[in-house]
Amino acid sequence: MLPNEAGISRRALLSMIGTAAGSAVMYGAMSKMGLAQESTWTGRLDLQGDPKGASVLILGAGLAGMTAAFELRNAGYTVKVLEYRKKAGGRCWTLRSGDTYTELGGFTQQVDFAEGNYINPGPWRIPSDHFAVLDYCKRFGVELEPFQQVNYNAYVHDTNAFDGKPQRFKEIDADFRGGVSELLAKVADQGMLDQMVTEEDAEILVSALKGWGVLDDDLEYVTGEASSSHRGWKVPEGGGTTGKPVPSEITPLSVILQSGLWSKISGGHHLHMQTTMFQPKGGMDMVARGFEGEVGDLITYGAKVTRIENTETGVRATWIPSEGEGEETVEEADYCICTIPFSVLGQIETNFSSRMTGIIQNMPYYSATKVGLEFKRRFWEEDEHIYGGISYTNLPISQISYPSTGYFSDGPGVLLGAYVWGAYSYQFNALPGEQRVEKALEYGAQIHPQYHDEFKTGVGVGWHRVPWSLGCFGQWKDRDADYMDACQMDGRTLMAGEHISYLPAWMEGAILSSIDAVKRLHETVTAT
Amino acid sequence: MKIKAIATLLCAAALPATADEAPRVDTTGWFENPSKLDQVEGEDIYNAICAACHMPNGKGAVGAGMYPALAGNENLLGADYPIYVIVNGLRGMPALGGQLDDEQVAAVVNYIRTGFGNEWSEDPATAETVAASR
Repeated sequence: MLPNEAGISRRALLSMIGTAAGSAVMYGAMSKMGLAQESTWTGRLDLQGDPKGASVLILGAGLAGMTAAFELRNAGYTVKVLEYRKKAGGRCWTLRSGDTYTELGGFTQQVDFAEGNYINPGPWRIPSDHFAVLDYCKRFGVELEPFQQVNYNAYVHDTNAFDGKPQRFKEIDADFRGGVSELLAKVADQGMLDQMVTEEDAEILVSALKGWGVLDDDLEYVTGEASSSHRGWKVPEGGGTTGKPVPSEITPLSVILQSGLWSKISGGHHLHMQTTMFQPKGGMDMVARGFEGEVGDLITYGAKVTRIENTETGVRATWIPSEGEGEETVEEADYCICTIPFSVLGQIETNFSSRMTGIIQNMPYYSATKVGLEFKRRFWEEDEHIYGGISYTNLPISQISYPSTGYFSDGPGVLLGAYVWGAYSYQFNALPGEQRVEKALEYGAQIHPQYHDEFKTGVGVGWHRVPWSLGCFGQWKDRDADYMDACQMDGRTLMAGEHISYLPAWMEGAILSSIDAVKRLHETVTAT
Repeated sequence: MKIKAIATLLCAAALPATADEAPRVDTTGWFENPSKLDQVEGEDIYNAICAACHMPNGKGAVGAGMYPALAGNENLLGADYPIYVIVNGLRGMPALGGQLDDEQVAAVVNYIRTGFGNEWSEDPATAETVAASR
């Protein structure tokens, strides 16, 4: 390990950053130092070479399947896509006014949102480093708008802290930063970091922390103008005779530490949560519709694949109608790109290699739940000045996300009233949709009492009951051992989808895996 | 509880009953622990976690893929197989050994082997047999 000019090794610096500020900051630091990359997307595909009349059967019309369909047809392949559902998009999906959703078990929910309101049960935000998704949106005319991830005026909440009262993000953020800065600045000022940084760096560090944590000349974080200019005032700055503000009381570091709320302010530091983020206008399935506008003519809808066989010279897939009775249909092609989630593929008869079969059958799918709640008015804006962003809580709903569009409008608005993983989501998923909504209301009302008077309607999606994925996203049990083998062409079939990526659950992962599969398929075809 | 009563009323008004409406579930004691299931009785554990996929009536479900029915499922003839599957997961099913302790796994195994019309009560699972399979 070579020391840098300041005399500290890169590993030591990273370790210090990681210890002091959490792994998200560490990852950001690695990125700046050239160790981490944002995306492997290198620009639009331009496949050269004659596909020699080759045909490709694509299984699944989600984003991975439609990316492959778009790129392969552009390169001159004969393409056909089979899709279980009546529409394209897969997990890139929106529920809006007038929709009916029937989950596994046959349980049906009507979506009674007001015209134009919607909830995205699956992906709901696009990071600005997901270049492939953004570029396809640009190409297909999918209009994007900002998605608010971090809102300093939203809440962080823990039932065991501050008497269960929600705290404003900015207050906890400023006080945590101030308290930590005070500690570190004093330690550095007293020369106690001499083993770790040079004297000059210690001086710079003290100066930086003084600004970053808004410390006074004694290196203390105290109640006053400086701290209130970050955490908010007791009486805000104004004009004229009532212009002079009154500072708010800071919360001591020990109280912040004991509250656990420091754990709820760092989400926006994560590489894929950093400002700016985007969402399509009108719902996430606008992305799917953008793709569908290009390749919809290649898709056979309502086709449930029952068998996939690699043959000597190609691939043969058998399907039946997804609903009702119907004959088996057999499709044949020279190659196959299979984007069916492994949760489903593991139940389909195939003659894949035993290695591939073993990998497919060794991937559980995560549990998750989302609940959309519509209220008669946007009380979070009107009463609490929360414009987009997310409140975090230790309640079973985990978070409340406010709409990033339609600000200041009258009439009903839709919140993401629960976004749940783990043990809580199993329980949400075991409930009928109506009771998922009830639970989201019951818990959310502890943060927003207006829930009682303003609730209009809601819908709850439990991902293990989603008929076309049987779960939220694929979980590698041993990715280091299995991932590259899952990427290999098995006979004439290549796998693609979010599960064949290091960006699991993200649309970018699905698209990048598909682009990579298309490239390798094309190399195979043009090399022979 | 007041909040719940209001919510129930509002939901009933907003979401009209359909022929496919799921039966209401008693959630007493649910949502108490973010990382584990707290239920003790086999039926309660089943309703709080297993029913999400295998359905409240144990009949499973079919979509693009399927969840196997537990009713009449001969894989439940012995306790060892369901113990293994619950603790370790199988195919798309996540491992639940981290969220359920030995007593809970035994309780739910015994429930699914004797519920839904199943009559496989001999050699019931115990916390000891579950511990041995981990």
